[in-house]
Amino acid sequence: MNLDPRTLEPAPGAAATVAPAVAPAAAPAPAKLPGSLNTNRRLDRWLRILPEGIIEVMPGKVEIGQGIVTALAQIAAEELDVDLSRVRMVRAKTGMSPDEAVTSGSQSVQECGTALRHAGAEARALLLAEAARQWSVDAGTLQVSDGLISDVSGRKLAYWQLDSAVLFDRETSGQVAPKAATAHRLVGTTVERFDIPDKVYGRARFVHDMALPGMRYGRVLRPAAPGARLQSLDDAAARALPGVVVVRDGSFVGVVAEREEVALKAVALLRKGAVWSEGAGLPPTEGLHDWMRTQPLDTKVIEDKRATAPARVVRDVSLRYTKPYLAHASIGASCAIAQWQGAGEQKRLAVWSHSQGIYNLRADLGIVFGLPLPDITIEHVEGAGCYGHNGADDVALDACLLARAADGSPVQVVWSREEELAWSPHSPAMDIQIKAGLNAEGNILSWTYDVWSNGHGIRPGRAKIPTLLAARYLEKPYEQFIAVNAPLASGGGSERNAIALYDFPEQVVTNHRLLTMPLRVSAMRALGGYANIFAIESAMDELALQAGVDPVEYRLRHMKDPRAIAVLQNAAARARWSAWDSEEHEEGAGHGIAWVKYKNTGAYCAVVAEVVMMEVVKVKRLVIAVDVGLTINPDGVINQIEGGAIQSASWTVKEALGYDAQRITATDWEQYPILNFSEVPAVEVEIINRPDERAVGAGEAASGPTAAAIANAVAHALGVRVRDLPLTPERVMAAM
Amino acid sequence: MSQTITLNVNGQPREVAASEDTPLLYALRNDLNLKGTRFGCGAGHCGACRVLLDGHAVASCETQLWAARGKEVTTIEGLGTADAPHALQRAFIAEQAAQCGYCSSGVIISAAALLARCPRPSEGEVREALDRNLCRCGTHNRIVRAVMRAAQEMAA
Ligand code: FES
Ligand code: FES
Repeated sequence: MNLDPRTLEPAPGAAATVAPAVAPAAAPAPAKLPGSLNTNRRLDRWLRILPEGIIEVMPGKVEIGQGIVTALAQIAAEELDVDLSRVRMVRAKTGMSPDEAVTSGSQSVQECGTALRHAGAEARALLLAEAARQWSVDAGTLQVSDGLISDVSGRKLAYWQLDSAVLFDRETSGQVAPKAATAHRLVGTTVERFDIPDKVYGRARFVHDMALPGMRYGRVLRPAAPGARLQSLDDAAARALPGVVVVRDGSFVGVVAEREEVALKAVALLRKGAVWSEGAGLPPTEGLHDWMRTQPLDTKVIEDKRATAPARVVRDVSLRYTKPYLAHASIGASCAIAQWQGAGEQKRLAVWSHSQGIYNLRADLGIVFGLPLPDITIEHVEGAGCYGHNGADDVALDACLLARAADGSPVQVVWSREEELAWSPHSPAMDIQIKAGLNAEGNILSWTYDVWSNGHGIRPGRAKIPTLLAARYLEKPYEQFIAVNAPLASGGGSERNAIALYDFPEQVVTNHRLLTMPLRVSAMRALGGYANIFAIESAMDELALQAGVDPVEYRLRHMKDPRAIAVLQNAAARARWSAWDSEEHEEGAGHGIAWVKYKNTGAYCAVVAEVVMMEVVKVKRLVIAVDVGLTINPDGVINQIEGGAIQSASWTVKEALGYDAQRITATDWEQYPILNFSEVPAVEVEIINRPDERAVGAGEAASGPTAAAIANAVAHALGVRVRDLPLTPERVMAAM
Repeated sequence: MSQTITLNVNGQPREVAASEDTPLLYALRNDLNLKGTRFGCGAGHCGACRVLLDGHAVASCETQLWAARGKEVTTIEGLGTADAPHALQRAFIAEQAAQCGYCSSGVIISAAALLARCPRPSEGEVREALDRNLCRCGTHNRIVRAVMRAAQEMAA
């Protein structure tokens, strides 16, 4: 390839992509570029080369504990042909970084990774073309090794000796093909994550660890119940503490103090002096799922496949599955720092946050404070493990509100454990009804699937009103935003994985979204995919048993996709599925299997669970096969799958958010227990690498099939079926 | 209310001007800028804030300054550094035993206390010793492998 960097144009026949210097009156719509390049088209938004030989990569996706930043560095280093040690990953910051919306939905490799693949390939081509121009040789004859370009005569030029600022000052064309999988030397190999040394040496890394000059500490007094209004406040005792300022805006109350432990004391004193109205009320705890069906609903048929030939249904089976509300329950509480500077027209707001979507958060802060967006800067700094839309955005608004009383000093707010468990957005309760029409052999001819749930999204930056927690309690309160679902094309929310990927002659799937929202809910790992796969794969197991067919065999009768079949068979073989009856097992042991194609477009994952029934459901072992297409960092994928599986095992056997008529009662770890070190299962993961398939994310693939595999194993061990999550001893006893 | 308290932290005498009912956690993090010890619950449930107090792993969120006086406090920073890592820190990197890593400091402190009193623990003993440390990312099995690896290395 011989490219003049100044005239790099789309290949002949391709649509024009680069806006010319003098824009014509009506420019044609720009061509679609790969991944997030499409919405962030400038090359220098993504890559920068520093004179000291460092390659700066500027992803819009952020580290949320999943190791993504390392995988993205691998991709960039691969395409640029530089050592990984030359790559420096820049933290996302509004105004600087590409706007990649939200780091969620296992999309980072697809969106950001794809952008970096193409941006890296194009950057390399531009650098080579420039060297070729200087030497008057054909760029195709040049070699690159760790950023050092050489020609046949042995001349050398490093990337950082070229004027990359000028070369990258352009829109990406998307026309330079990234490397073929067979040419990869770094992608597909296990590399150590960049962030782990900081974490094991206890270096400051999290937003919680930042210590800005003059920083003060803020804490919020949450209402006595969701929706409660502050009727009176005696704040004298709190104000008597040294260095404490009390902040009140309607029913939003908090403190700013010079010392963190004093802020905590002040909030405890404020609590004693606060009188609240009744809250808005929470749904019934008994019969929650029946109640959900009585609510105003937004009902949509999302799949309507009718049989062309009349189906010979001889028997109908109706099955109902439920899931409770869950908490994210990160080990670190949500945290943010905010600082106001200047006044009037000069007023500026700076925020440090572990939000998954800094631009989206900025949009909501812009509404609350009536500020033009460029006057707000949000920098991403890591937080504790993030499994979806947690309190990160909410605490940022808290910090901004409290920092108004800090005379220009930065204010850090760290939520309490109670706020983290009880006031973060929760994962919605779900109710699922399946009707299967069977033929004489017990095979499925028709499948009717209904799901009731709140929407799975109240993320900021998407609605006309701010969705942040404190906004509802201000002097001029905003209404509670009612959760919606992402479009099905991007994975959906409650309807995620609701369409079964089995070859049923007839399948009708209907989603019923609740239009009331007594608990504030949003996206948590796998969204609806957790409960939907629990339901579908439990039902397949039940129908297999009724038909007297082995559950693997029964599934295969209804499956066509070779990648799905491959993960199912791999997991079954490694778990010695078919040898179960001929081998010795502990008293009360059982095994179960399930699989998913996550979001019906992403990773394939099959799980075999082995359980032993003790006083609780003890999950002994999970054997997992996963296919994420092209694997970037194999150990990173295994780490994510292990983590997702263990977290799902915890949800499945232990977790349900407790609440009463007024308030959420899950306020500490004793009220919201999760699996501990002695309780977690062994996890064995194998990757089926498919270098020629699109790379997809791994973080959420294991959640659904782990739940169903455990439930199926319990049924296998006991001969009874528990259809309501979690699979607690009481539920198991009740089923027997 | 506030007074000066002398603590022994990571082998050094350190002065903290705070009232003596201040949780050790905040003195370490905010007065001494040792940010590796982390807040998770403030109630002794999660282990994120664990430090060694005379060799015992304790929750610094529930240890008030007066109770630390005269004792040797060791934080994650005092256990080892990149230049002179503790065997556990090396093993955690070798096993890539973290996802978000927010639990790591407290887990490593608990493991260090275990290995000091029981140099060759069984896997079950490691798990039991870590049962007061919570991890939400599901990194448990890697962490157990890392602790076993460190024990082996220290015994060699
Ligand atoms: S923060 Fe101390 S035990 Fe949780
Ligand atoms: S690695 Fe995230 S909590 Fe343990």
